[in-house]
Amino acid sequence: MTLTAQVKKRLVTIALVAPASLWLFVFLVLPFIAIIVFAFGERGPVGGYQPAFTFEQFANLGARAAAFVNTLVLAPIGAAACLLVAYPVAYYLAIKASPQRRLLLVSLVVVPFWTSLLVRTYAWMYILGARGIPHLLEYIGFDNVRLLNTPGAVLLGIVYGYLPLMIMPIYVSLEKLDRRLLEASADLGAHPISTFFGVTLPLSLPGVMTGIALVTILLLGEYLIPQLLGGGKVFFIGNALVDLFLQSRNWPFGSAIAVTLVAVVVVVLLVAMRIAWRIAGTRQVDLV
Amino acid sequence: MRALVTFVYVFLYTPIALVVLFSFNAGRNASEFIGFSAQWYGKALSNTFLMEALRNSLIVAFTSAALAAIFGTMAAIGMERLGARTRAVFDGLFAAAIVVPGVVIGIATLVALVEVFGFINPVLAAIWPGDQPPRLSLGYGSIIAAHGLFTMALVTMIVKARIAGLGRDIVEASSDLYAAPLTTFRQIVLPQIMPSILAGFLLAFTFSFDDFIIAFFVAGSNTTLPIYVFASIRRGVTPEINAIATMVLAVSLALILIARFLMREKKKPTT
Repeated sequence: MTLTAQVKKRLVTIALVAPASLWLFVFLVLPFIAIIVFAFGERGPVGGYQPAFTFEQFANLGARAAAFVNTLVLAPIGAAACLLVAYPVAYYLAIKASPQRRLLLVSLVVVPFWTSLLVRTYAWMYILGARGIPHLLEYIGFDNVRLLNTPGAVLLGIVYGYLPLMIMPIYVSLEKLDRRLLEASADLGAHPISTFFGVTLPLSLPGVMTGIALVTILLLGEYLIPQLLGGGKVFFIGNALVDLFLQSRNWPFGSAIAVTLVAVVVVVLLVAMRIAWRIAGTRQVDLV
Repeated sequence: MRALVTFVYVFLYTPIALVVLFSFNAGRNASEFIGFSAQWYGKALSNTFLMEALRNSLIVAFTSAALAAIFGTMAAIGMERLGARTRAVFDGLFAAAIVVPGVVIGIATLVALVEVFGFINPVLAAIWPGDQPPRLSLGYGSIIAAHGLFTMALVTMIVKARIAGLGRDIVEASSDLYAAPLTTFRQIVLPQIMPSILAGFLLAFTFSFDDFIIAFFVAGSNTTLPIYVFASIRRGVTPEINAIATMVLAVSLALILIARFLMREKKKPTT
């Protein structure tokens, strides 16, 4: 290749990645630097930001401890609840369902995930709200049952919202499983239950890990579900952030919380990757 | 096991079905279906605020999805030509764009844009020759830009996966037959990656159309449909919201079904 041809090839490559690079820099890297700078700043007299270098905001994180506790407790519980419901479904889809029906059944799991979470969460607000199930319960003599604005409602909304995201990676890892291993296990006289715990479950662990990591990470930043189904009583870090940025306008403190949230997400990701590494055979799961 | 799986499907679809059903309810109550009526749709369609929000959402979703489809595809192709180390940097940044919670993206973009505008606006005012200098502010542009980040990463991921599955031999054959690189791209590569670009566009559109949290921070005085729905829910649950929700569901349902149809040739069904 001549030198000019090489230069030309390089220029084309640069031109191809230039717009995306600009986007990544201006709308990801720069904003992130901005909140880190803010997190070490001070609150101005009328809200907003005043340049400074102080750890005051981070030292003050305890003021929003409840949001952190709720999130760090309910996100893993939510992910675990999703897993309990998702595993049998994924198992059925990958192993039991007939190939003809499988495509339809898988589509039926995926489709809700891509429809508005706001609308799906609203649906539960409607069902659990005063004119929904509690109203029906009054007919059979249970008055004043409150379902909405409880931790249970938030957990229900979480399982409902994120179930598809848990089912898919587990399904993918089970579907790749070599059936002959299951037959071999049965031929060697293993009970179906010991085949499951000895063969199927270990081989699907990468999918399980991916599912747990995806759901936990998304839950850490959740806002809508606790807002609509927790009604201000069960609130997450996301709700604290909305309050600090749009209502109380304490941007430096909010930035410190946002930076901490990202740090938590990174830690969760690293732990998940580490575990996935250990069980080896990590497979990438497409999001679509 | 069958019973459990059936139950999960019922669980997934009942709430949606109830919202759709009660959007046609003649009465106001969520617990009793009095009779069939399309009155709430009439009410929704004649609500000018709602229609304005719908229009905003369509503009934002279309623009950000189109930008994402074009720039994301360019990035996916360009990344193939990069050295391993630079490519890893891009992979990391795109992964971050997807993994960082939407609420943080919204906040960070808000903070950065307010700072940048605060810096640029006085400069613009000083150098502007006319009386009315343009003032940069939050609005369409900032929502499109912020949605563009996530959706560009999404399209890049989808198209890259398709390129990785593409046969090298056919591209090599084309250049062995002295086709110019651009010709090879147009006649060999583009037709093969087109379904994934379209699917990426539709998923990007769906994401932007449904996103609430990012737009909530950076929308300025513009209202998108999810912001409108959220505000209405806070004012109180009414059957009109069921009608709007049904329409939102219908839009995303249609788009996701087309996207899945376009991607169906891939051997494994994916999330």
